[in-house]
Amino acid sequence: MPVTDLANPTRFLTLVNRVLPWLVAATCVLFAIGLIRAMSAPDDYQQGATVKIMYLHVPAAWLGMFGWGLMSIAALGTLVWRHPLADVAGKAAAPIGAAFTFICLVTGSLWGRPTWGTYWVWDARLTSMLVLLLLYLGVLALYWTAEEPGRGARAAAILSLVGAVNLPIIKFSVDWWNTLHQPASVFRMGGSTIAPALLTPLLIMALAFTLLFVTLHLAIMRNEILRRRVRSMRLVQAQELHA
Amino acid sequence: MNLGPHAEFIVAAYAVTAFVVAALIAWVALDYSAQRRVLDDLEERGVTRRSQRKE
Repeated sequence: MPVTDLANPTRFLTLVNRVLPWLVAATCVLFAIGLIRAMSAPDDYQQGATVKIMYLHVPAAWLGMFGWGLMSIAALGTLVWRHPLADVAGKAAAPIGAAFTFICLVTGSLWGRPTWGTYWVWDARLTSMLVLLLLYLGVLALYWTAEEPGRGARAAAILSLVGAVNLPIIKFSVDWWNTLHQPASVFRMGGSTIAPALLTPLLIMALAFTLLFVTLHLAIMRNEILRRRVRSMRLVQAQELHA
Repeated sequence: MNLGPHAEFIVAAYAVTAFVVAALIAWVALDYSAQRRVLDDLEERGVTRRSQRKE
């Protein structure tokens, strides 16, 4: 099947129905392996067992940002090519990205209390991540309160593109400003500073969370396509009743 | 497995994550069955989309 065929909602639904069970199975297997590896990984020499929070916090942070990146690309599809599936993809990414950003903030706070001595500090990394959550809530409000889906989609696409400015701010906040949050330690020039015994479970958990994101994204896209079909059929039904 | 003196923070982090992920999965599953049910009902009543019609 050519990639361009996926732009057709019916073909897209057929593909999603085919791949979803496999994605669910792969996600469960990866989570099982990742959690076993995370629970049996050694403690950090400074932080002790609280380092286990890293296996949730770091993937959640990555996926919170990934979700917004995905929405920004989808926003281009909505505004430039006006493709309905682009809007569906953007709308489907918003609740997942918001959930992962929320997880990132809560787990970070729970990790911060024993390691920094505080749940929260208004440093650049934490604040820019909180801004990301607020942006997600703004996009969700635009989608859920718009009376006409097309109008909501355009407004949400514009906010997605404007909000993309926050992504490099989050990423480089620890380099540009003096923050309590540590600098990058996985993807950095000169390689990771994390010991392999801790890094391997982290990467497995990151892959598991990424597969969960993809699985949920496809499932929410499928729901949204069905919702639009229901809406369109109800409009036809209403017009027939009035005719 | 010994979670040390800060076990409550670790357990809370995993519990919150599990709850949020479970809530998201439940919402997606319930939404799917709700949309499917309405769609099946409309199709049963013979309602079609414009794109399905043959002039």
